[in-house]
Amino acid sequence: MIRSLPGLAAFAAGLMGLGIFLALIVAPEDADQGISQRVFYIHVPIALTAYFCFGLGAWKALLLLWRGDERYDLESYVAIHQGTIFGALTLITGSIWARASWDVWWTWGSNQLVLFLVLFLFYCAYFMLRFSLEEGPRRARSSAVYALFGVVLIPVSFLAIRLAEDFIHPTVFTREGPQMTGTMFATFCVSWAAVTLLAYVLYRVELAGKRLDADLRELREVLQ
Amino acid sequence: MNWSQAELVAAAYGVVFVFVLVYVAIIAAKLVRLQRETTALLELARGREAAARRDPAAAVEAPNES
Repeated sequence: MIRSLPGLAAFAAGLMGLGIFLALIVAPEDADQGISQRVFYIHVPIALTAYFCFGLGAWKALLLLWRGDERYDLESYVAIHQGTIFGALTLITGSIWARASWDVWWTWGSNQLVLFLVLFLFYCAYFMLRFSLEEGPRRARSSAVYALFGVVLIPVSFLAIRLAEDFIHPTVFTREGPQMTGTMFATFCVSWAAVTLLAYVLYRVELAGKRLDADLRELREVLQ
Repeated sequence: MNWSQAELVAAAYGVVFVFVLVYVAIIAAKLVRLQRETTALLELARGREAAARRDPAAAVEAPNES
């Protein structure tokens, strides 16, 4: 089991390389969408990781409100920051896939797309709220409450594809299982693991940087 | 502008690569700043230590001054 950050980062890079190789070379071409379906192997794992990061941010926010430990504030903030980065990537890769498959960059007719945009903008506003308040327990609590409100949008956005009536956005995972071949599903699983691990490494790196920054600020105050 | 499907697939993967690269560059820049700050604080601490060795009485009184 790899525990050190450099080891995890190297493993994530290797897994990303394997995922891209499988997605672009090994996985068979989709009969319906052709080569553009290969965006699926990067777009869907990134979207799922964004949901996971937002969920993690809300969970840490709940822990902050529950236990009152301020270290959860920074963890919640970093998780939401990661979620926003992966959310932006979801929108960009989704837009490229839409252009390739539907011949449009964006469509307001798809509930899944619009709800994900709402979720993304909601978490963008989290940063506006956070940086408009002075650092301290009040800011931590206000940010935590906001992060918890946002978590309601995650299942709505996730399930919108099944509730949508337009059927523009494809449904790959149904009650009958994944609607793809074994190789395609294996490629998807490797890509998903790689993107999740990459997000975890970036989360740990950013958190370590922020903690070091805070420690140095405290040290400066003590020395001066 | 007419994009082929292969170009769009390459663009999707390329965007992810560029995002990760920019993120790593930002973290690297932050690391350089933190290293610079650590060096400054280390020099400050060493200066205090040297001052304390020269005049131990002043060093004991110093915290009370603030």
